[in-house]
Amino acid sequence: MPDTFGGRIVFLLQKSGWSFVRGAGISLILALIGTLIGCIIGFAVGIVQTIPIAKKDHPVKKILLHILKFILNAYVEIFRGTPMMAQAMLIFYGSTALFNIHMSTFFAAVFIVSINTGAYMAETVRGGILSIDTGQTEGAKAIGMTHFQTMLNVILPQALRNIMPQIGNNLIINIKDTCVLSIIGTVELFYAAKGTAGSYYTYFESFTIAMVIYFIMTFTCSRILRHFEGKLDGPDNFDLATTDTLAHTSGMSKYPDKKGGSDNE
Amino acid sequence: MSNQDTILDIHHLSKAFGTNVVLKDIDFSVHQGDVTCIIGASGSGKSTLLRCLNLLETPTSGEVLYHGEDITGSKVNAASYRSHVGMVFQSFNLFNNMNVLKNCMVGQTKVLKKSEEDARKSALFFLEKVGMAPYINAKPRQLSGGQKQRVAIARALAMEPEVLLFDEPTSALDPQMVGEVLEVMRTLAHEGLTMIIVTHEMAFARDVSSHVVFMADGVIAEEGQPSQIFETPQNPQTKDFLSRFMRG
Ligand SMILES: Nc1ncnc2c1ncn2[C@@H]1O[C@H](COP(=O)(O)OP(=O)(O)O)[C@@H](O)[C@H]1O
Ligand SMILES: [Mg+2]
Repeated sequence: MPDTFGGRIVFLLQKSGWSFVRGAGISLILALIGTLIGCIIGFAVGIVQTIPIAKKDHPVKKILLHILKFILNAYVEIFRGTPMMAQAMLIFYGSTALFNIHMSTFFAAVFIVSINTGAYMAETVRGGILSIDTGQTEGAKAIGMTHFQTMLNVILPQALRNIMPQIGNNLIINIKDTCVLSIIGTVELFYAAKGTAGSYYTYFESFTIAMVIYFIMTFTCSRILRHFEGKLDGPDNFDLATTDTLAHTSGMSKYPDKKGGSDNE
Repeated sequence: MSNQDTILDIHHLSKAFGTNVVLKDIDFSVHQGDVTCIIGASGSGKSTLLRCLNLLETPTSGEVLYHGEDITGSKVNAASYRSHVGMVFQSFNLFNNMNVLKNCMVGQTKVLKKSEEDARKSALFFLEKVGMAPYINAKPRQLSGGQKQRVAIARALAMEPEVLLFDEPTSALDPQMVGEVLEVMRTLAHEGLTMIIVTHEMAFARDVSSHVVFMADGVIAEEGQPSQIFETPQNPQTKDFLSRFMRG
């Protein structure tokens, strides 16, 4: 074992480099899949939670909606209100003990991250939907759109844009927080670092390596997402179509975007 | 009572928000080709009346007959009714996630189920009419208030509604943009479009409308031909309201 800090880092990378890479890969994959499925769950739940219940709706429809909203609320509150580590233990071991279901650790990990992210995203999506100016909904209603057409074409695209930073936040939190899944034996980055630390008795060095890798992953993801946000906003200029270019798109002149333009001048 | 060309017939319409009664026993009708201007002080219930007419608000009592059929009942498909009765808002309410062309197409493709090609043609036709055809690629945030309102009018027209409701379409605009929007509305009136317009533009109401309704405290205080309302108002409230506007 080399006796300088740098030497020990190099030594660990030579001996256990692969296990760090594999661990980091698992962390990243878990976070990506979990965030993606979590977003899908979050959108589904958020959309149902914002379905308006009108006085003149059919009573059966009203009751069903109330029950559905109650169940979804319970889901959100329970999973936001308990630690993911405890959920992992309960779901992974509980499913074996109670239902004799043997999940693979990877499946269990994806399941737990997704359902957790879903609970957080549900609230984010609900907030995103409610934050869109009611004028947008009224504009859509006034041309005869139904609630779902309005949601799909007008509200959700804008809500998605507004909650992009939150989605990024969730991804970054997931990259880091999947480390609690080491408790059910998921061999992600934290688990790999702990293994290496234990076998060579190099806690400081192993976790230095893990920290650097975690940071590189989160920083890269946050930059990539920032780039996507910019893309979603579209170009700052628009092309002014002249009469003869309405048919063919060419010969356009650029008009500058009005910066900081809000809806009401 | 309702003759052939009556589009909307409003009977005893009332609306309360909680205990606050905003509209009381409103009665009036709109015929094919009418340009009805609704004037009155702020808070007199003009917007609420207009919003009741396209079911953005549910009337507390009374009926709104559309070609003789009451649209306030629970059996009525509000969305399909609204596709025949367009609305232009004070705050434009253009879809911020779509460019000008898409704003004018989306209702046609999603609600009227027209093909992309037909929707595009008709959107371009109406954008041309309001002088906004060159701006098809612009997003709402890139337009001035007057331009936004003209696009909003084109979006409503593209649905080919039977009646178009306007709620103070020029009140959010800088003075120099008011003219361009009123000009478009004037053209529509001359072409025979049926319109109900809430406005504070008295000169426009006097020159363009075929019928003027003056509202005060949730009731129709006076109504009649523009010449009658503006030149020989009978109700003291009308006189008072108009004198404040005309002197300025
Ligand atoms: N959603 C609402 N809830 C409660 N009160 C309302 C609501 N909308 C309007 N009002 C009240 O109704 C009255 C009439 O408003 P409105 O129709 O907007 O008048 P106008 O358009 O003539 O200025 C006002 O006193 C206003 O405060
Ligand atoms: Mg108003």
